[in-house]
Amino acid sequence: MSEKPEDAAVTTSAQSDGAGPKPAAGTTLTKDAAPGETLLKVTGLQKHFPIRKGLLQRQVGAVRAVDGIDFEVKSGETLGVVGESGCGKSTMGRLITRLLEPTAGTVEFEGRDITHLGVSGMRPMRRDVQMIFQDPYSSLNPRHTIGTIIGAPFKLQGVTPEGGIKKEVQRLLSVVGLNPEHYNRYPHEFSGGQRQRIGIARALALNPKLVVADEPVSALDVSIQAQVVNLLDDLQQELGLTYVIIAHDLSVVRHVSDRIAVMYLGKIVELADRESLYKAPMHPYTKALMSAVPIPDPRRRAAKSERILLKGDVPSPISPPSGCRFHTRCWKATEICTTKEPPLLELKPGQQVACHHPENAEDQAPQDTVLLTAAKEAVELVPDAVVSADAAQKARAEATGEEPEDAK
Amino acid sequence: MTAPLHEPTAEAAPSAAEEAVLAGSAEGKAVQGRSLGRIAWERLKRDKLALTGGIVVLVLIAIALLAPVITNLVGQDPETHHEDLIDPLFSTPKGSLGGISADHPFGVEPVNGRDVFARIVYGARISLLVGFLSALVAVVLGTVLGVLAGYFGGWLDAVISRVMDGLLAFPQLLFIIALVSVMPNEMLGLTGTGVRIFVMILVIGFFGWPYVGRVVRGQTLSLREREYVEAARSLGAGRLYILFKELLPNLVAPIIVYTTMMIPTNILTEAALSFLGVGVKPPTASWGQMLSSAIDYYDSDPMYMVIPGLAIFITVLAFNLFGDGVRDALDPKGSR
Repeated sequence: MSEKPEDAAVTTSAQSDGAGPKPAAGTTLTKDAAPGETLLKVTGLQKHFPIRKGLLQRQVGAVRAVDGIDFEVKSGETLGVVGESGCGKSTMGRLITRLLEPTAGTVEFEGRDITHLGVSGMRPMRRDVQMIFQDPYSSLNPRHTIGTIIGAPFKLQGVTPEGGIKKEVQRLLSVVGLNPEHYNRYPHEFSGGQRQRIGIARALALNPKLVVADEPVSALDVSIQAQVVNLLDDLQQELGLTYVIIAHDLSVVRHVSDRIAVMYLGKIVELADRESLYKAPMHPYTKALMSAVPIPDPRRRAAKSERILLKGDVPSPISPPSGCRFHTRCWKATEICTTKEPPLLELKPGQQVACHHPENAEDQAPQDTVLLTAAKEAVELVPDAVVSADAAQKARAEATGEEPEDAK
Repeated sequence: MTAPLHEPTAEAAPSAAEEAVLAGSAEGKAVQGRSLGRIAWERLKRDKLALTGGIVVLVLIAIALLAPVITNLVGQDPETHHEDLIDPLFSTPKGSLGGISADHPFGVEPVNGRDVFARIVYGARISLLVGFLSALVAVVLGTVLGVLAGYFGGWLDAVISRVMDGLLAFPQLLFIIALVSVMPNEMLGLTGTGVRIFVMILVIGFFGWPYVGRVVRGQTLSLREREYVEAARSLGAGRLYILFKELLPNLVAPIIVYTTMMIPTNILTEAALSFLGVGVKPPTASWGQMLSSAIDYYDSDPMYMVIPGLAIFITVLAFNLFGDGVRDALDPKGSR
């Protein structure tokens, strides 16, 4: 982006004279959580939405949107969260920003338990945890000017930035690459990409430490997506932000993330460094997801035949399958997968996976070799190359498996 | 301030913005955004039919407010009898077209010869007073209860929604007729006509709020799920902030539209009630009551029926045209 150098200057200069009582971003981080230290810790997090029926609104069931997940976010890193629609990604994002109250589990921010804080208890924390929303058309109130929208964080938090709110808002507008003169305009006068920048400016207003972005670019046109992703990247470098980016677009996640969590039906099935995950995915679901990424190289188009088609739809989160939730669609599922839930284990440094029969790693239940009938059907949709790679791998029973692509 | 980082480029942008803002209206206009209300006004200005309706409404309001002045100018008043202008044989006005003359531009009433023009002018007061105030009652009740139901939900929503359903199914007209027959002649320092007008306003307003309430509740339900509400919550906003700063500004447009649609309906209800004899009693003038008494003379003095009928027709038409125009202007899906 052309305005980048200018942005950098504006940002860093204003950081020091920025948000009144708050110290500059750099010092904040060194004081509270140095880069690499745990900023956010989530343990056993659950969110069940009750289903009520009848006159008395009796609870007849629950949608288990998030069903026991554990992860940590280290200061300065970007955690990408991927998964199909309805797997609980967005719910997870709203739980860690405490827009929703968790059913169980804990959320700790900088070592402080924020799981059950009320509106007023959360208010001071809101400065440090901010959110960027998916839909730039519904995330800005059409009746407010841009100045009011970006100035709202200061009013709500009772913070008066040096030089007044208006000046600070104009600074934020230029930070995100918008014309500060547009202060008095209304959201309908902006395009989708510009609106998303306004949303980003609002999230950055209070100089947060953690920014949760829920599908920040999925509502945007592809050409604009790159701009917004790059803006997020630049802002991270300049302000030392920590991101949790929720997305379903694997190429976006790959571009921005340091670590990636793959979710399936309310569970994290794999959590790994970007490189490990894209090079050697361990969970069959991750592998299937990866195979869906289009390859922008005609010479490698042959590799498209390795596309793994998953059978059927995601099961209902109201009554998720027993054992491993992926067993109904997995081509490697055996008896144990239907009965025992696989724990999320670190099978390789920096790569955690919850699977009994992981790819590219030692089989966790080698005694169990008989495929389920469903798995036999599912295997027909899986390209031979992948299956034979599996077979070869199994035969060798190696701990560190080969790249499946090498098998072709 | 960290001086080395403050490069001229960084300085330039904000100062340029300030200049533009300070430059006054000419240049400031380019920077000033057009609010949705402003856009609606500009659209309304282009809608000739709605504008005509609006002007007629304003004229009617002026007539109602200035009723004594206007009748004085003509030299008439609504309650003086002119028996000399009545044909003693048929008890209809002498002359053609209901006794229309220079002195009595709309003629005189049969039997007692009261000036029709003055009665129409004074009748506008009753119609507009009841129309506006009952709409106000309905809108205030409907907005408050609709927002409560939509925003807080749960049992409150269940109770309010059931009450609205009940009221919508209630036989409003029969209830008012029954109520008026048992009404005291004096209450709250009002007497006779005052009591009747007050009761009509309350009752029409009370039975009108569920219509507003349903619209407001539905809008609130949809608005509270918008991401900007979540954004406000993620900034630490409380419920009242969200209600007043985020939701209500977006509810204003549907409420205005509904009010402009409701006023003519209420004017018609008032006319109907007076027609049925449960509204304003003579000698106080009201359009519906004039229509009612004109029934006996529809063949011998048709003008007596036509004139109050036209008054009601023009008033309701003007309000409806204006209301339609406002709705189109505020509708975001309308053409820009």
